[in-house]
Amino acid sequence: MAHAATLNGVERYENQLTPGWGKLMMWVFLCSDAMSFAGLLAAYGAVRLGSSDWPVPATHLGVPLTALNTFILICSSVTMVKALSAIKHGDRKGLLGYLGATMLGGATFLGIQAYEWTHLIMEGMTIQSNPWGVNTLFGATFYILTGFHGCHVLSGVIYLFCIFVRALQGAYSAENNSSVEIVGLYWHFVDLIWILVFTFVYLIA
Amino acid sequence: MSGKPSEHAEPNYWMVWLSLAVLTVVELLVAQVQGARAFVIFSLCALALVKAALVAAYFMHLKFEKYALILIVVSPLLLSGILYVGLVPDAITHIHWLAH
Repeated sequence: MAHAATLNGVERYENQLTPGWGKLMMWVFLCSDAMSFAGLLAAYGAVRLGSSDWPVPATHLGVPLTALNTFILICSSVTMVKALSAIKHGDRKGLLGYLGATMLGGATFLGIQAYEWTHLIMEGMTIQSNPWGVNTLFGATFYILTGFHGCHVLSGVIYLFCIFVRALQGAYSAENNSSVEIVGLYWHFVDLIWILVFTFVYLIA
Repeated sequence: MSGKPSEHAEPNYWMVWLSLAVLTVVELLVAQVQGARAFVIFSLCALALVKAALVAAYFMHLKFEKYALILIVVSPLLLSGILYVGLVPDAITHIHWLAH
């Protein structure tokens, strides 16, 4: 009895501190994932600074197309947050519509990235070499950074699809929507990381 | 220590979206600037960080979260900052080496 009372006390205290375990654990995961990307970007910066033959990225990478891709990801972020807003207001159709639009945005992003990778590989840029006589790490860092991010987008689309199926089954309501909020956190994180990758890999000359 | 309540007025998400889109266009324009390399790099980094902060604050609702959660999120970012500061001496050495 005393044990139960203590547990209740602990839980009450924890509830004041934490936003719910699912959401908290997603944030902890995102923090560790952010450190992974920070390490990769730091390594990228160190490699670039130590190279005398690093090319201007825009001469070999498709900046306009990738800018469009960035815009698509930003759009998918706003549809994700609108999906959460819809279900918080009890609008299940709105949830399904916005979740569908978010998945479409993610899939389009992946399609454009696959097109870009194919184009670059056909030109001869691989993880080990390139046809332009510039630093070979240009290709290696590009594929590792964009590939690691692309894996996150693919995971996000699959994750969104699972939530979409659960939403179709009527699993979410105005009172019960924490899973939608948690998948949203993951999706916005993917968008946030791309904003940094786009700037460092494509724009900074 | 209980922090702010999570319930809050809904931000104008479309305005955040518009800001992100406009900042992306500004980034593309800044990247076209010839010369003034330090200014361009600094501006692009600043714009990217502002965009990232907008996503975290409004789309991820970090601005409206409890202080405890904000502390949990900010702590590793500070460690990342230390990682980048640690690269500065190396960067300066390389810049001098490339200049000569």
